[in-house]
Amino acid sequence: MMESLSMSAPPPFERFYADHREAVFAYLTRLVGPGPAEDAFQETFLRALRAYGGLRHAEHLRAWVFTIATRVAADEHRRRRAGWHSADVPDIETVDERPGYEDLSELTRPLPPKERAAVVLRYGYDFDYEQIGAALGSSPEAARQAASSGVRRLRRKEDRP
Amino acid sequence: MTLSPDLDRRFREAAAAEGLLDVSYDLADSPLGPLLVARTQRGVCRISFDPEPARAEEELARAFGARLLRVPRAVDDVRRELEEYFEGERRGFEVTVDLRLARDFSRRVLEQLALVPYGRTTTYGTLATQAGRPRAARAVGTVMNRNPIPIVLPCHRVVGSTGALVGYGGGLERKRQLLALEGAL
Repeated sequence: MMESLSMSAPPPFERFYADHREAVFAYLTRLVGPGPAEDAFQETFLRALRAYGGLRHAEHLRAWVFTIATRVAADEHRRRRAGWHSADVPDIETVDERPGYEDLSELTRPLPPKERAAVVLRYGYDFDYEQIGAALGSSPEAARQAASSGVRRLRRKEDRP
Repeated sequence: MTLSPDLDRRFREAAAAEGLLDVSYDLADSPLGPLLVARTQRGVCRISFDPEPARAEEELARAFGARLLRVPRAVDDVRRELEEYFEGERRGFEVTVDLRLARDFSRRVLEQLALVPYGRTTTYGTLATQAGRPRAARAVGTVMNRNPIPIVLPCHRVVGSTGALVGYGGGLERKRQLLALEGAL
């Protein structure tokens, strides 16, 4: 299915926004809490809109906007110097009807296996680092490092779309 | 946790206020039925009868750019002028128009069309002459039929040389209503 989309232009922003706004808002609410999620939501879609005119294709748009949301949440976290709201229970159903893994698995393909798994578990399935560590057979701290180094690597790639 | 209508509205308005949009649009009520009104940074670029938003979004995004969003507030000035027009309180429009997609002959015809005064009619042939191609009345008909900004660009004021209404992109009944509103029938 991705193949058939590969040559198509991004949809009108209205459709992109309508398709992803609820999931992004739910995601941000869990990352930064209900109040700050409002500003983070606006910032996420404004950043997406600024970059939207430069998109050359319609692939991975959900993973793309989730990456932006993740970055906005990280900035918010840095500003507040407070901990991220960790999700108590992974509940991907509230974020999306299908696993974020489907999009993230494409986006993260270039990553080394451990980083890729950490990013997908963290952002696709919303596992906390305790759970990711358990899944990967490493410490929570090592899981956190793998995920953040994976995200950094993806950011460097995304900066030149 | 669902997105509140207020936050949704604030995002849309921020996007427009920051000048990030190629196109913003909304629907507007009118005595002729709902209208879709779209604008770019330059001005009104589309008014459609019988709007189908999803299709219009695709078409407008192809024509003017993908950064398209429905922002009611962004077309408030156009909506207000249209309301005043339909209430008989406005005889000319002040909003600017974006005709960047109309070229050459079409462009000249639409520019001449914009000068036809409220409550008057002109003919396809006259417009053709004014646009520099006296024998192109039929081509003027085509330009009228594809007029991207009806009402504001008053193609309803263009009739046949016998005075017959001839045709209208939004249907003849609407042409009749607009001319009746202006007291030109």
